[in-house]
Amino acid sequence: MSTPIELPKWADVSLVPILAVIVAFLVAGLVVLGIGENPVKATVLLIQGALGSGEGIGYTLYYATNFIFTGLAVAIAFHAGLFNIGGEGQATMGGLGAALICLNLDFLPWYIVLPLAILGAMAMGALWAFIPGYLQVKRGSHVVITTIMFNFLAATLVVYLLVNVIGKPGSMSPETRVFAASAHLPYVHEALAYFGLKIPKSPLNLSFVLALLASAFVWITVWHTKLGYAIRTVGHSPTAATYAGISIGRITLITMAMSGALAGMLAVNEILGVQGRLLLEFSSGYGFIGIAVALMGRAHPVGIVLASILFGMLYQGGTELSFEMPRVTRDMIVAISGLVILFAGALDGLIRRPVAGVFARFLKSGT
Amino acid sequence: MNSMAGQAPAIALSGIDKRFGEVRANSNMNLTVASGSVHGIVGENGAGKSTLMSILYGFYEADRGTIHIHGNEVRIRSPKEAIAVGIGMVHQHFMLVEPLSVIDNVMLGAEAGAILAKGEAQMRAALAQLAETYGLAIDPDAVVGELPVGLQQRVEILKALVRGADILILDEPTAVLTPDEAEQLFVLLRTLAAQGKTVILITHKLNEIMAVTDHVSVMRRGEMVATLKTDETSPAQLADQMVGRHVLLDVSKGPAKLGPVRLSVEHLVIRDAHASLRVKDVSFEIRAGEILGLAGVAGNGQSELLEALAGIITPTLGSIKLDGQDLITLAPTPAERREQGVLHIPEDRQRMGLVPAFSAAESMILGFQSDHAFGTGPLLSTAAIQTHTAKEMDLYDIRPRDASLKTAKFSGGNQQKIVLAREIEHHPKVLLVGQPTRGVDVGAIEFIHKRLITLRDAGVAILLVSVELDEIMSLSDRIIVMCGGVITGERTPETTNDRDLGLLMAGVTERAA
Repeated sequence: MSTPIELPKWADVSLVPILAVIVAFLVAGLVVLGIGENPVKATVLLIQGALGSGEGIGYTLYYATNFIFTGLAVAIAFHAGLFNIGGEGQATMGGLGAALICLNLDFLPWYIVLPLAILGAMAMGALWAFIPGYLQVKRGSHVVITTIMFNFLAATLVVYLLVNVIGKPGSMSPETRVFAASAHLPYVHEALAYFGLKIPKSPLNLSFVLALLASAFVWITVWHTKLGYAIRTVGHSPTAATYAGISIGRITLITMAMSGALAGMLAVNEILGVQGRLLLEFSSGYGFIGIAVALMGRAHPVGIVLASILFGMLYQGGTELSFEMPRVTRDMIVAISGLVILFAGALDGLIRRPVAGVFARFLKSGT
Repeated sequence: MNSMAGQAPAIALSGIDKRFGEVRANSNMNLTVASGSVHGIVGENGAGKSTLMSILYGFYEADRGTIHIHGNEVRIRSPKEAIAVGIGMVHQHFMLVEPLSVIDNVMLGAEAGAILAKGEAQMRAALAQLAETYGLAIDPDAVVGELPVGLQQRVEILKALVRGADILILDEPTAVLTPDEAEQLFVLLRTLAAQGKTVILITHKLNEIMAVTDHVSVMRRGEMVATLKTDETSPAQLADQMVGRHVLLDVSKGPAKLGPVRLSVEHLVIRDAHASLRVKDVSFEIRAGEILGLAGVAGNGQSELLEALAGIITPTLGSIKLDGQDLITLAPTPAERREQGVLHIPEDRQRMGLVPAFSAAESMILGFQSDHAFGTGPLLSTAAIQTHTAKEMDLYDIRPRDASLKTAKFSGGNQQKIVLAREIEHHPKVLLVGQPTRGVDVGAIEFIHKRLITLRDAGVAILLVSVELDEIMSLSDRIIVMCGGVITGERTPETTNDRDLGLLMAGVTERAA
């Protein structure tokens, strides 16, 4: 994300990521070939699985919802020069926040309990990022270290609470009781059925709409508000921020809280939208993949939505693929995701350098 | 020194081309440097001087063209190859390991084997030899970090000579020196040339060119526009060649119309983040309609003083008063100082005055981002800041006129004009100005100086901090000099000269003869 190589903007935001994905698929194709399967067939199966049916699309967008929330969380912190890698913990705490509201208030009608539960998820996520931010501002402990430690704290805290305090009485598994129907965020197929439209069933719920709203919110905040200006100034040049009278500490706290709130909203999709109860490890790595999503999407909401859909396709298409080609296991899909992350994120320069070279030569011969 | 007719020139470049993307940094460049001469290269920022020297020292390879060293065609693909053909470079920012001794620094990378003792003995002998030949005396066991800057520079020169350099390139060597140290450097450069070494001096200070060089080449926009004999030219002619039009080097200004005391600083003491004392008991005042020049070698407390006045750092003791009101308690932060009319053009525009990654329009509101003119409530209106910037760009002739172009893509002079426009347009009562023309081309210097004079005549109190004595002398109504965190003297331009100020800058407080 900090490369000095200059490219036209359209190439930077579209050409380079697309090439990265193509290179990742070519390398993944070699792996598929290595285990004795046809890579072309595998790719077709993967894309069909992800986009070939209404149900497939629903699942793809459902996974994408999680990536959008965690990707935005990483991106907004990145604009302030902060590396929040505690998305997992903040999402877990978001789940706790939503659950505490639902367990106590789900006798209330949906139009009271749902907004409160969403706010609860955001508040707890925000708190779990605010504390590392505060520690950095006041004590100088780096957020990279503290946010990752807070992931473990969140996990153990929720285990303790589920086992000892809020777990379902008499149950062996560490989870809460199922919330009342009023605390359930409607599925998209339910919502559309209300308007007389019939689409296939999938876990895709109204959180997806919230995710798109959150993307718009981040876009407006970062580029079209005075707060966003301050955030970007701190991210680009702390000395210039000090000169401009912007308090770096205050911006760090605000940005971390917003970042945590976005990560906490993952719980809206998983807990309020799908599970209807709090259980362990529902965040299952989305927080970390959010880093790759933000990287691939160049910390821009549009890029993040597109990158999230790509990862959603990999998740959903990969699952289908492993049904059709048993030799392509779930681990293979993780490997392919890994390759995408590798080429789009870590090895960005590998793609960018030759592209910049081609552009330079083209411009030279053009004059 | 110029008796080398018939002998092959030390350097002959012909037809050198170098592009970076769309930018032609050097185009069809020819340069001949006579052996045993001091050859100056001048040009505005971005004229391609650094690129040319980087090609000579092997950081880049030219796209086209040939390099002959002492008559032999060579390819220089790395600094190592440059050293091998006898080219040494003294960078503007020293490449020294400060905690190590002189001998360690000189030997670094030329240890002559795994056992140090033998190489060290050889190196000591070589240093003694150089000291004798060129009068380059220096204690080989002194710790580099404890040496004055002038001597550190000598270590750099020794490093090059020990490696067999026969052609020495110096990039802006006097930027960090006191006038006295610069004088000593020039003596050394003349000695080196007299002994047959070839010296290339890159600088933007025309008086240095006049003082020390045999020939001077002028670069403009990537081209070599003239090579002249130094004693057949003048600073005015060189300035015109650099800019391509006629430039007024002297600032014309009328007498100051002094108003009441605007800013008064009393017994100011400033400690830095490491609690070491940077400014010790400094007092002065500035009247409305007056430019107070603050001279001094960089790093003697001027930066800290400027930042304390702007509210960026809090002084340990003392008071800062604006029209009799105590600013330290009344307006402790940079934002509050700004509201009181204390505006600041910082010394380091890249790190402080601008955000290079922002568009020009975004940099144009830095510090004023909460202003209602730029958006209602929490919103920031891109259209409003673009319109505002377009207007300022016209007023201050900022080029290119593109408000959405990245700040980093503007030249140094135009970047400085962005800062200048921003601060001046917000109606300062007191303007704090740090190094207003550092890295700025001659044309823009003229413009900036005129603006500051206009502002003075409009009744603004201006504190001008600069390491350029010419600038201090021509703009100031009164001059104070800082050395080691204290004010070593106060003068007026009429009653002082470079030598007098130079002594004060070095901490010698007795009045020079």
